[in-house]
Amino acid sequence: MTDIATRANRVVAETGGRRRHYGGGPRAGTIVAFLTPFFLPFVLFYLVPVGYAIWQSFLVVRRTGGQYGTSYTTFGGFEQYAQVFQNTEFWSSIGRIGLFGIVQVPVMLLVALSMALLLDTPLLKIKPFFRITAFMPYAVPGVIAAIMWSYLYSPQVSPLVDVLKGIGLQPDFLGPGAVLWSAANVSTWLWTGYNMLIMYSALQSIPQELYEAAKLDGASNWAIAWKVKVPIIAPSIVLTTVFSIIGTLQLYAEPAVLRQISSNISSTYTPNMLAYAVASGNNYQQAAAISVVIAVITFVLSFGFMRLTSKKAGL
Amino acid sequence: MSNQTLIRESRVSRTAAMALMFLLAIYFLLPIYFLIVAATKPQGDLASTNGLAFSHFDLFSNLGTLFGRSDGIFGRWALNSVIYAVLGAAVGTLISALCGYALAKFKFRGREFLFSVILGGVLVPTTALALPLFLLFSATGIVNTYLAVFLPSIVSPFGVYLARIFTAAAVPEEILESARLDGAGEFRTFFSVAIRLMAPSLVTIFLFQFVAIWNNFFLPMVMLQKESLFPITLGLYQWNGQTARAPLLQESVITGSLVSIVPVIIVFILLQRFWRTGLASGSLK
Repeated sequence: MTDIATRANRVVAETGGRRRHYGGGPRAGTIVAFLTPFFLPFVLFYLVPVGYAIWQSFLVVRRTGGQYGTSYTTFGGFEQYAQVFQNTEFWSSIGRIGLFGIVQVPVMLLVALSMALLLDTPLLKIKPFFRITAFMPYAVPGVIAAIMWSYLYSPQVSPLVDVLKGIGLQPDFLGPGAVLWSAANVSTWLWTGYNMLIMYSALQSIPQELYEAAKLDGASNWAIAWKVKVPIIAPSIVLTTVFSIIGTLQLYAEPAVLRQISSNISSTYTPNMLAYAVASGNNYQQAAAISVVIAVITFVLSFGFMRLTSKKAGL
Repeated sequence: MSNQTLIRESRVSRTAAMALMFLLAIYFLLPIYFLIVAATKPQGDLASTNGLAFSHFDLFSNLGTLFGRSDGIFGRWALNSVIYAVLGAAVGTLISALCGYALAKFKFRGREFLFSVILGGVLVPTTALALPLFLLFSATGIVNTYLAVFLPSIVSPFGVYLARIFTAAAVPEEILESARLDGAGEFRTFFSVAIRLMAPSLVTIFLFQFVAIWNNFFLPMVMLQKESLFPITLGLYQWNGQTARAPLLQESVITGSLVSIVPVIIVFILLQRFWRTGLASGSLK
């Protein structure tokens, strides 16, 4: 390692003027050869499907000669989109996911941030233990996490329900009012540690002198945490928020699993479940329009949030 | 404030902080602990005994039932998951590394444009891709094959993003120059010099992509009908849906869930060093 480095330095020193010749970089063919192995599948399995979904969303299937006539596909303009926006199931799925996100994302990120800040103080012992237990759920697939929690929710098997009944409560985790929050709990369980570690890693890269300066100015631990640390790691908080927004809008596995044991989750509970249900009914054009709308909402919210926060932070 | 109140205050906050963290640790461990306990119980004890206390230790017979069910289909699912995740992440890491390296070290027109297209790709919800991909794949006949899940899994825009950041930080220009002066071609330079310096970050990219593929559920669900091609997630989801009709499946769903998460958790604990540095670099702007 040092060998290579010293040799490199010598080479650079020796060649001096000739260096500029090599600064031109490799030939175009070589660059293309480096980029193609990624870009070919990226185009085929990312860009083409996006384009195809957009194209499909502008098509409609019509029939000639009534119900039993032959069907044909034709350009329908915004017809599919008009249908999406008139679909009450679409709006209720959006409403549900909106409520879910407005509550779950801030709760999760606040817990994650508090944990990260605590881990960054000398207050705690056995830090590696806390770090690992929090991050462990990240290794658990969403489907499996939902299955695990559904046993903890189910009245027949759950030790939690037993305990709560013991203190006089009548919990119904799968009831119509509670099941959304039961799903939110699964997401929170899965992702708090991941978000915490992103923030914690950012905290670790802040130079210690900064705190000493703040302490000399008489700042309390609270003031240092909220007025020094949090603003510095703001980019990480923005990043975790954007990832959480994307995740919320993609919600599928957790409610789909809970649906297997709760009649209070419909097959169109989240926008993605609705898209899948519509596609299963062979209405691909409508499913494509729903997918495009979900993607656009995701983009608008993610970018909107980044713009908003970067303006506020004066970046 | 006197010194004594200061000390007392710090003791109070120390205790409060530890208590809070322990509560959260219990929250994170509870489902896994429950799963371990439940996986050791005979089916009959699931509902009739306390879920947090061990009863008869039947783990090995449960494992036997699990792997023996439907001609050993669970073993097949586990193998499929390993194939999708290990191969997919390996190929994905290599192509991300090549692309990220080129974006970091080669200067060419359109470089920033390509990079922003990739960053845009990070924001595309993968579930929104699955349905149009299904239509495209059914037109080409790849649906319901290994390739239908494998091919889309190798693409990781986030991996390229990480590879570019890592390369910029870990591969000094001088070393590349000296390799070039020694007459090495660009690929030779990449494979024999750069890739060694990038190794720790490549492990990180591999890990993240491995987990993403291992955990993926929507894509295989859309693509596959043949049970023998399912990954573990899809197989267990299907079994879980049948427990109402076949209650005896419950124990296998529980034992299978445990089998599916334990190896990944162990790998993560062993490779902590890597993903921690990975997260640190990923969070830099």
